[in-house]
Order: sequence, then C-alpha cells, then structure tokens
Amino acid sequence: MKEQLEKIRQKTLEALAEAKESADLEALRVKVLGKKGDLTALLKQMGGLSPEERPVMGQLANSVRAALEEKLTEKAVELQAKALDKQLQAEAVDVTIPGVAVKTGHKHPMNKALDEVKDIFVGMGFTVVDGPEIELSDYNFTKLNTEEGHPARDRSDTFYLTDDDSVLLRTQTSPMQIRVMEKTKPPIRIIAPGRVYRKDEVDATHSPMFHQIEGLVVDKGVTMTDLKGALENFAKALYGEDAVIRFRPHHFPFTEPSCEVDVQCFECHGAGCRTCKGEGWIELLGAGMVHPKVLAGCGIDPDVYSGFAFGIGLERAAMRRYCIPDMRLVYENDVRFLSQF
Amino acid sequence: MDISREWLKDFVDLDVSDKEYADVMTLVGQKVETVTRMDAEIKNVVVGKVLSMARHEDSDHMWVCQVDVGDGEPEQIVTGAQNVHEGDLVPVAKHNSYLPGGIHITKGKLRGVASAGMLCSFGELALTQNDLPDAEADGIWILNNENCHVGQDINEVIGNDDTVVEFEITNNRPDCYSLIGLARETAAAFNVPMKHHEPVVKACGKGELSELLDVEVPATDLCRRYTARMVRNVKIAPSPKWMRRRLRSAGIRPINNIVDITNYVMVEYGQPMHAFDYRYVHGGKIVVRRALDGEKLTTLDGNVHELNSNMLVIADDEKAVGLAGVMGGENSEIVADTVDVVFESANFDGTSIRQTALSLGMRTDASAKFEKNIDPMLTYEAVNRACELVEQLGAGEVLSGVVDVLNFVPQTVKLPLESDKINALLGTNIPREDMVAYLRRLEVPVEGNIVLVPSWRPDLRCMADLAEEVGRLYGFNNIATTPLRGITTQGGYSDEQKQEAAIGAEARSLGYSEIITYSFVSPSDFDMVRVPADSPLRECIRIQNPLGEDTSVMRTIPLPSMLSILSRNYALKNKDVKLYEMCKVYHPVAGQTLPDEPKVFTLGVYGAKTDFFTLKGEIEALLRCIRVKKPEYEAVKDDPSYHPGRCAALLVDGKRCGVFGQVHPLVAKNYAIDAEVYCAELDFDTLLALREPEATFRAIPRFPSVSRDLAVVCAEEVTVGALEDCITHAAGKLLRDIELFDIYRGLPVPAGKKSVAFSLELLADDRTLTFDETEAVMTKILDKLGSELDAAIR
Repeated sequence: MKEQLEKIRQKTLEALAEAKESADLEALRVKVLGKKGDLTALLKQMGGLSPEERPVMGQLANSVRAALEEKLTEKAVELQAKALDKQLQAEAVDVTIPGVAVKTGHKHPMNKALDEVKDIFVGMGFTVVDGPEIELSDYNFTKLNTEEGHPARDRSDTFYLTDDDSVLLRTQTSPMQIRVMEKTKPPIRIIAPGRVYRKDEVDATHSPMFHQIEGLVVDKGVTMTDLKGALENFAKALYGEDAVIRFRPHHFPFTEPSCEVDVQCFECHGAGCRTCKGEGWIELLGAGMVHPKVLAGCGIDPDVYSGFAFGIGLERAAMRRYCIPDMRLVYENDVRFLSQF
Repeated sequence: MDISREWLKDFVDLDVSDKEYADVMTLVGQKVETVTRMDAEIKNVVVGKVLSMARHEDSDHMWVCQVDVGDGEPEQIVTGAQNVHEGDLVPVAKHNSYLPGGIHITKGKLRGVASAGMLCSFGELALTQNDLPDAEADGIWILNNENCHVGQDINEVIGNDDTVVEFEITNNRPDCYSLIGLARETAAAFNVPMKHHEPVVKACGKGELSELLDVEVPATDLCRRYTARMVRNVKIAPSPKWMRRRLRSAGIRPINNIVDITNYVMVEYGQPMHAFDYRYVHGGKIVVRRALDGEKLTTLDGNVHELNSNMLVIADDEKAVGLAGVMGGENSEIVADTVDVVFESANFDGTSIRQTALSLGMRTDASAKFEKNIDPMLTYEAVNRACELVEQLGAGEVLSGVVDVLNFVPQTVKLPLESDKINALLGTNIPREDMVAYLRRLEVPVEGNIVLVPSWRPDLRCMADLAEEVGRLYGFNNIATTPLRGITTQGGYSDEQKQEAAIGAEARSLGYSEIITYSFVSPSDFDMVRVPADSPLRECIRIQNPLGEDTSVMRTIPLPSMLSILSRNYALKNKDVKLYEMCKVYHPVAGQTLPDEPKVFTLGVYGAKTDFFTLKGEIEALLRCIRVKKPEYEAVKDDPSYHPGRCAALLVDGKRCGVFGQVHPLVAKNYAIDAEVYCAELDFDTLLALREPEATFRAIPRFPSVSRDLAVVCAEEVTVGALEDCITHAAGKLLRDIELFDIYRGLPVPAGKKSVAFSLELLADDRTLTFDETEAVMTKILDKLGSELDAAIR
C-alpha cells in the first residue's frame, strides 16, 4: 500500500508538471483527489489493514494528500499568472494611435490677456468693476478735465448718440474713475476693464471698438512713488522679473503729473529693432497722479486725499504677447485663429 | 514737430550725439519719434568734372563722358542728358552708390559701352525746382555756381549735413510747436544757457503806416490779437540757399523770399504768418470778421469754398481776402510783380480754426498751430522778426510802426511755490532751491515764493502742474519706487464676475470657443433675422455719426452678431463650429438718459452632430454650473428667427430667461449657411437672479433604492414634460430620479398614440422600501396618469 501511495504521488507530480492549463489541473485534481479519485479509492482500502498499520498508513496518506494539494495550488497560481500574461500581451495597443478626441473650446485671446492682467491687480488688492459703455459726455470728458472744444470731443473722433452730443459711446474707460469716486469713499483701489469706441476705420492697427483697462487708487498720502511701485510690479508680473521699465513725462487732461510707462524691447534689449520701431522701448500704458480738479469735482478733498490712475490698451498688449500681426484677425473670429490660443 | 539740429544751434550750443539728444529729450517729456540724418539716403555721390565728351557710337542721343571724380584716373560714364558740357561740374553717382528711395547704382554697360556710374539730375537727389530756383529743370544738375570742388560729397553741396529730429508734442504744450520752444526745453534738459535773439528792424521805408492801413476786428471773440506791418517796394526773388535749406529740413517747400520768410518765422516762433499783396486790400482796410453765410472764397490752392458764420475771415472793405488762420485767398496772393506787402501776425481762437479747417477739409501748417491755442504774446516779436529778415535779405523796405489790436488784457498768472506739497505729491525730498533752479532753467521766473508763469505756458495753473515740471527735470526715473502703501484692501471679483468666468469655462469644456463681436450692427440685421417690422426690438439707439450704415445702431439682440460670425466661418469652410459670446445688448428705457446694458450669453453651432437635444443638454450643464434653479421649457412657435417646431423658451420660477433652438432655415439662408444652425440666447443677468443657494451636504443614502421601469401609451399631443410632471407629483418624495429612456410609435401602439418609457428610482432615507410600498407608489402614478393624461400602462 505504501508503494501504491508513492506511485500515486509520483504519477500525480509527473502529470502536474505537464499540465498546461487550469482545466488540466482541475481534471488531475478530480482524478486523484476527487470522490472517485485514485487516492480516495486507496484510502477506502485502509479497512483491510491491521490496527497497528492503520494509523501509520493513515498519516502517510494524509501527508501525501496535503503535499499534492499544495503542489496543485502552487501550479494553479503559476498557470493563472501565465494565462494573464498571455491575455495582457494579446491586449497590447499601438500607443501612437491618436487618443479619442475631446473637443474643448478656446478663450478669445483678448480675454485671455485681460484675465491675466486682472489677476495681477486682484493680487495687489484691486477690485474689478464694470460700468456703462453708453456714457454721458460729462463723465467721458467734462469731469475728466477735458474742456469744451477739445479735439477728442470732435465728431470725427467720438461716436455720439444724441443730437446735443450729451450721450456718447465712451472713448476711454476713464469715466469709471468718476463713477467710482462719486460713489465710493477712499480708500479706493479698483480696475475697470471694458469696451471703448473711437471713430477709427478698421485696419491692421485700428478698430472702432477696442478694450482698455482703467486703474484707480485714492487714499491719504498716495504719492508718485506708489504709482511707480504698483506699475513696476504689474510690468514685472506680466513680462517677468527682469523686465526693464521707464517712466516718461506725458500729458493727460485728468492726471498731473502724467507719464507714459515703457518696457524695454524684449527683442533688442533697448538697441532698437523692428519690433520696437527702432526706439528700443515699447509703450505699455499711460498713468499719472489724479488731477486735483478731478478729485474735487467728485467731492474728494484734494488737500486730504491724493491718488493715481492708469490706463492700459488691451489690444496692443495682447497682440504683442501673442504675436498677432493684424487687429482685423481679433474681430473676425475665424475658428482657425481662435483655436490657437 | 520736426526740427533741424543745425538750426537749433542758433539758440542752444550743444555738443551731444543724436542718440543722446533724443534719449535725454524723451525722458524730460519731449518724446522723440524719429531721428533722421538728412544724408542717410544719398551715399557715394560726389562732385565730378566732365573732362571730355564723345558721341555714343550706337546711339544718336547718348554721350560717353570721361569724368574726374577725384580718384586719380577719370571714370567713363554714359549719359543721355543734353545739357552737359566739357568742363562742367556735375553730381556723379559712383559705382555702388545709393540715391533717395533706396535706388542702388552699380557699374554696367549702356548699349555695349561701359559706364562706371551715373550723372544725376536734382530730382534724382530728391530736390525740387523750389530748392534750386536757378537749376535747369531738365537734365543734369550743373554745379558750376555751387562753390564746390571735385570729389566733394554731394551731401555737403546740398547741405545735408544735418539731423532732423521729430518730436511728439503733447496737447498742453503749444509753445513746443516751435523751434524756440523746443530750444528752451533743450536748454532746460541739458542745463545749458539759451541764446535769445531780439529782432532789430531799421524800418527805412517811406510812408506812414497809419495812413496806408486800417485794421478793424469786430470778431473780438475769435481773434485775440491782430498785429501787422508793411513792407514797400519788395523785390520778389528766391530766398538764399541757407534759408531754403532750413525750410527743407522742416519739410516746407521754398516759394519766394517773402513767403519763405513767413514760413521761416512760423518754424522759429510757432507763430503762423500771412503776407498779402497790398494792391488787393481794397481801401487799405483789413477787417477780421465772421464770414457771411454762403460767402465764397477761392483759397491759394485754387479751391472755392462756401463759408458760414462760424468761420473767421480776413477781409477788406469789400470782400474776404483770406480764411483766417487756415489759408490766404487767391485774390491777394504774393506774385512776381507784387510791390507792397502786408505781414499779418495774429492770434485766433483755436477751436474755431480747428472746426473751420475740419469742416472745409483743409488742415494746414498754420491751422494746425492755431488750433493748439498759441501764445498771443508771440505776434509782435514774430512780425518784427519777419521784417528783420526782409531787411537782412534786402527784399524790401519796411515801414516804421506796427498795427497791434489787442482784444484781451495780458495778465501774468502767479502761483505760490508750495514745495512741501510738491514733495508730498511726488514722494520726494527735493530742496526748495532746486525746485526754483529747475523752474528757472525752463525760463519760469520765481520771485520770492511766487512763480510768475510765462504767457507761453498755459499748462501751468496749479501746484500739481508745477510738480510735474519739478518732477520731470528731477527725472521721473529718479523718483523712488515703493510698494503700494495705505490701508490693505480686499481685492477680488464680484459674484457676477465669478459666475461669468464659470459659465465661460463650462462652455469651453463643452467645445464652444469664445468670440468678441462689435456692439454696433446694421439696421438691416433685424431683417436678416426676420424681426417683425413692428417689434419693439427694432427700437434701438442710433449712432449720430457712424462709420457706416453697417455699424450704425447699438444691438438690442445678440443673434445677428453670432450668425454673422458663424456665416464667416461657414464661408471659410470651417467644419463643426461651436461659438459663445458673453456680450451686452443696449435697450433704451423711457425716462432714462442712459439705456440698460444687460448681458446676454449666446451660443451658436453648426455641424458637430448638434441637434435640439444636444443643445438643450449643454444649456442644462451651463445652468447647473452657475447653480441656476431647475428650468422649465415651453415650446415657442412664433419666434420668426427660429424653427417653429424646434424652439423653446427657458423658464425659471416662471420667469422667461432665454430662448434656444434651431435657427429658422430662412434665416440660415440669409446668412448663406446651408446647414442646420442652432443658437441660444440666455439672459445672463436674469439667470443670475434665479440661482439656488450655495450647496450644502445631504446624507448619502444608507438604504438601497428600488428601480422600476414604466412604459405608458398616451395621445401624441401629451408632452414628455407633462408625463414627467404628473409622475413626479403622484410619486411624492420617495421618487429620487426619473429618466426618459424610450419613445416608440408604431404597431402594436395604435396610430395617433405613442409609447413613452421612463426609468424611476425610488428611495427612502430611513428604511429599505418594501415591495408593498413600491407597488402603492406605482399604483398612484398609474391612477394619476390615467385620470389626468389618459395614459395607460403598455
């Protein structure tokens, strides 16, 4: 009987070694360890053994059974791993085949640039405000210290909506300075982006509708050094820490002193090239200390408060940033243009 | 404003490079736009002497010349000109030379004969007969009388050894539209002295000015000052070379000595002047008056103008002889036989001159200066300068005396020098004496604590104005830079701005790209989208002075803007186009001066497998992302812009807040789009007012839900919306979700009926629903469907 046990063990292990699939293993398990299996059949013969032999043989048979079961399990794990490998190999894909397209839309480049500018100023404690595009001449000109007869008021420059020229399409976002100062007590720290309109024919650098971003800070003790600090901070946030900027005296009716802020040309670093039209500098924005007359006109005492204001032309900034050569592209809205940004 | 650096030397001695000059001037606030060397365009052109000439063997008009250009061996040059003779001095463009306009001259062969360059006419050197009154118009420029030598650079002969600097002059500085004004700025910027020149007039002419000339100025409001002098026995001739050259540097064409003098003084002083022929000033009387309505005047350029009473004219006792401050009249022009001349040096109202020039379409050098409101104190010195030049040129005999009519009282503006306030505004610590020194450099005197503002500085009227002067001479770039100080403010975006950003981002994730369109449209756009003739939408705001009809009204609806962009993309053959815009529309409101400007969120699509239901699904996603309450939909059959069977209004809380659907095929056709077009117009401001409060946590169900499918047969007219509403009401709060999954028509469903199938999810928060409970709900639903909609289980 001992020999028979050994024989079953040997034969089973041989069969096990040859098993190729999980199904072979299962068949082997039934054949050897199943209810009608070889080992079970052998164990049924135990009754014929002597009482001394019986526990010895029983122990032996059980250990053979346990060993075979362990081997079967081992083999099963091995075969499953092989089968999985095979399956995974069969499932392999050509990773260079394009992904299933998810078509997402694009933000208009003007708004993309605008959002960037807004975020910079919001980070500096500015609130973003919105206001009317159809504006009173009073707010667009008079309260901004622009006298009657000023060329900017001409019908050749400004779109008017009434016979008496009292209502117009705002030519600048600066009337928002007045609207905010009339309603809000200092401290004021706002930017007001939006559409503005001037009577320019459409060409590569002009559009009758374009965008500006107005800025205004009013508080006690605001000086030109604050203006310089804020705008230098903005320029560096927009063009990088190593951007070089300069302040150049200029004139706007509603600020005094007034200046324009230039950034050194990124292409030639000041030497002069085509990008900067030989000047070495590119105009970035206009700014200045709020004119005392403008403050007083809004009910803010210029002896107590001072402030600065600035205006940025969005189109020029955005077109430079994204290398857009012609303003017409901006308002044609060809999707082949839009999808580039 | 263009100035010559050579001319500038009359007033300021300055030895700096052109680049340094431009940089320094720009940083004190006189921005230099361009710096142009006058000799930049002509290279390698020299004076040559024609040694010998021979006929070209193969041409009946060409000459083969041997020319000494100062290089030792003579050069052989072929010319077709007939005015050259042996021994003449001529301009020679040598091999590898450049002429104005970028013309490159190299050696070559002319009908087989080698030519080492070209002999030049004055035209080829960018000169005109006005620059060279004695030169022959046709042929080569003969230099025999030009006091030059062989081999000399032609730029020296022309007088091109100069730089023209172009300044951008700001509106507040009329004084800088003159050489003297910019010389003053130059002297201040470089801290060097200014050389002043007081005109000296000998006035040896015979006659009494007061007997010859009488000036009346009835239009006192438009003419602040009228100054005049007379010159007798003028000898009209070309002005001398130095004067012609300087005028050319200022971009002014020389005419004759008298006219050139007026232009010369205009450049120097910024004071436009005019010279009349005294013969044609009838009665010796000059009247400065408003024109009569309908009065006609032929100006110097030969154009006839019809004038009106807003315009100012210079007249004699019969007729207008000039359009004040703009252009003289043809009837009093200086001509070759003019004997007696009146020099006018006047000061006119800038706005009036500008409007006259604008309405007649004739902006001149003179009007451009007057419109800046120049200093009325200039007229006297300017007229004297002109007379001084007349005497210097020997162009005539100046009469003694000056006619000078003043319609204002000259007053010096006085301002306190508040150095503390100036420092407080600039954030600087500039000593008071430095401020005084800066102002004096600008020729702004300070006496004690009082700044005496010169007449030419109308821009200095308050402390801030003085601060700018101090600041710009101190250097804006020398002012410190400090981080923004003061009370810290909480910056940020308003809720509306945040929602606007959110809905835009969601639209992009759904494949829509953003567009920006003009706010003004054409009135015919209403026809294009079939807005009825009597619709209030057509009541829009008109632009009084539009660029054109196409951009003449402010839009009241966003649809035409969107459709025109879709149309453009369709014409460009762009496939599957999905666009959005957040834009304003402009609605006039009775009793309001300014209109309402609500924002509309617009979608537009063609292609991209879009149909009514994909669009509706996307709109629902957009509304969800800004937490708009659950909307309802109502079929819209009467919006002529949309397909009558595929258009819906969006209602939230019973309030209409948008419309969407397929654009009417006739409208699509108007926009030349041969495809189904879908659009949505959502009233963004209305939607923002109809939002759910901020989401708060709701317990995740702990008990399993029960799913039940329900198919009912109902009449065709019963809408899915009605069935859904009925089921929802009947089911009560146990119904968690309802989803349509099938609509079926055809056998065995009878004709005129349809089968609609829903999947329902039932759930209780506190227990597992029993079979009986579920059945009870289903029975209630079926009862209600039956009684209210005549729908029965299939």
